[in-house]
Amino acid sequence: LVPTRVPVLADHPLVQGPRFRRLKIGAGHRLDVKASGVFVLGIGHGNKLLTDLYNCHLTKVYTVGGLFGKATDDFSDTGKLIEKTTFDHITREKLERILAVIQGTNHKALLMYSNIDMKTQEAYELAVKGLIRPMDKSPPIITAIRCLQFALPEFQLEIHCLHETQQYLRKVVHEIGLELKSSAVCTHVRRTRDGVFTLDDALPRTQWDLRSIQDAIRNCQLKVETEIEKTLGHRDNSPVHQLDVQTAESAE
Amino acid sequence: LRSCGSPARTCREFAPLALLPAGKDRVLWRLQACRHASVGSCFAPDSAKDGSFSPLESNLPSPVKQEQAKVEALPDLNAKILNEDWDDIPPSSALEEISEEAAVQIIAEPILPLQSTTLRDYVDHSETLAKLVHLGVDLSQVEKRQKAGQLLLTLDFEKDIRKILLFLKDVGVEDNQLGPFLTKNPYILGEDLEALETRVAYLKSKKFGKSEIAQMVSRAPYLLLFSVERLDNRLGFFKNELGLSVKKTKDLVVRLPRLLTGKLEPVKENLQVCQIELGFQRNEIQQIVYKTPKILTASKKRLRQTFDYLHNIMGIPHHMLTRFPQVFNSKLLRIRERHMFLAFLGRAQYDPAEPSYISLDQLVSLPDEVFCTEIAKASIQDFENFLKTL
Repeated sequence: LVPTRVPVLADHPLVQGPRFRRLKIGAGHRLDVKASGVFVLGIGHGNKLLTDLYNCHLTKVYTVGGLFGKATDDFSDTGKLIEKTTFDHITREKLERILAVIQGTNHKALLMYSNIDMKTQEAYELAVKGLIRPMDKSPPIITAIRCLQFALPEFQLEIHCLHETQQYLRKVVHEIGLELKSSAVCTHVRRTRDGVFTLDDALPRTQWDLRSIQDAIRNCQLKVETEIEKTLGHRDNSPVHQLDVQTAESAE
Repeated sequence: LRSCGSPARTCREFAPLALLPAGKDRVLWRLQACRHASVGSCFAPDSAKDGSFSPLESNLPSPVKQEQAKVEALPDLNAKILNEDWDDIPPSSALEEISEEAAVQIIAEPILPLQSTTLRDYVDHSETLAKLVHLGVDLSQVEKRQKAGQLLLTLDFEKDIRKILLFLKDVGVEDNQLGPFLTKNPYILGEDLEALETRVAYLKSKKFGKSEIAQMVSRAPYLLLFSVERLDNRLGFFKNELGLSVKKTKDLVVRLPRLLTGKLEPVKENLQVCQIELGFQRNEIQQIVYKTPKILTASKKRLRQTFDYLHNIMGIPHHMLTRFPQVFNSKLLRIRERHMFLAFLGRAQYDPAEPSYISLDQLVSLPDEVFCTEIAKASIQDFENFLKTL
């Protein structure tokens, strides 16, 4: 006896409706409304990779533009103006000195939150490779900051950071202004790198179609896998994991 | 939805085969629960051949029992056999095991549900729905509308729908357009034919040509649902508000018949916005609306944002905007990206008196490749790289 399926009018697409109605899309690290740049999205089963990437705690790189002379309530140039100051006394060296101070304090915070005992050989090796970073929740930490352009009253900074929000970066700009005995607001925040995804991988609006998205996913697959292996792989070498692997092997 | 009684029901005949439980002789079974509905049941008493018995209709509560029956035509023979049956051979129970082939040949279909949220359950059994699907009507859209599915089930194709379809063809709707038309407006199938004809006659009396009426009806399927007074009011409203001549108003309405079927308050508000907030003169508004009537139905927030960017940031004066009102129809993001690219290249010149002038309609309506090569004189790669730096 062989079952067969007879075509029936009830299965016609005009009666059933469209076959695919929904798509599960998850987002990587948040990007707020006024900022722009690389934004990672996961589709369907890719959402599981998103959690793994989040646990890798990779750094993100931003290009932040600022303007001296104004101070507003929400630290950006579209907010309500609070005060105006002069900025003629600011020079590039002063700015770079302030940036070095910021980088130093943040480096200390980085070491503290990464929970590694500083006196071990392992810590030294990781520090040489530059792999020390907090693997749990922590307040925003800036790992590197430098000045790209300086043309009074505008300036541009490149910031490498972890666990931050765009509003925190605007606050940093404001604080730089205060340190230099003036005031500053942030004009734009642009993410140029999010972990393994750079501007070259990013799809602009003109390329938002199925073919380009498929190609982009294929290109990034290898990179994402190697990064997750590298970062979460060494965690899996703990004794508990070894036992699990042995029991699994003996069961088969 | 409730499936209605008489019209949309088909009578299924299934021929019970001469299948017997293995090993036994021919035994005549009694029909245990056979209830006939008054209309639609077909009971063909053939004498010696396999008879057919009617399926139970959907408004009957008892399900079809899975038995075959050999029905005798002559009632007295029936009675005799029944009497014989009683004493000798007990009827076989439904739990008895039969061979696989016998089991396969029992045809037991589920009954039609009394209430359902989709038309999918009824489409196999209703000729009307099947013919509508063949025409191209999208039932999955229709069933989402209020009461439209119910209406379709109560109608009969031959009696009601055919007349209306022929009427629509007379008006000028194309054959391949009938499906989408009915998907958007299934309620027209329930309308009275004379009322529809009166409305078309009214439009003809207002001197709309036959092809124009056909165009209007195909593009605004709800048009023929409006009564004559309502149509009259709306045409009068547009003539008064816009202040254009009769001929121009008619031309406008033919190009965008949605104006007649949509709400009127947003149109008035849009006109107010154009006059007061955007600062256009009355004759400028008339020109703009005649060129792009879509402005009357655009959202006010978008109008304000687009105008703000065009006038204050790009620096385009009112008379240029009057000459090229298509810019109001396009997306703000598109205008912004292209303008920033041109400004970056130093080619953002919108004043016709200056050299290397770029007209606004070319800015907006050209596709990306043509825009990049002709207007901006750069490659698409450069445009994309620039977009990534925004």
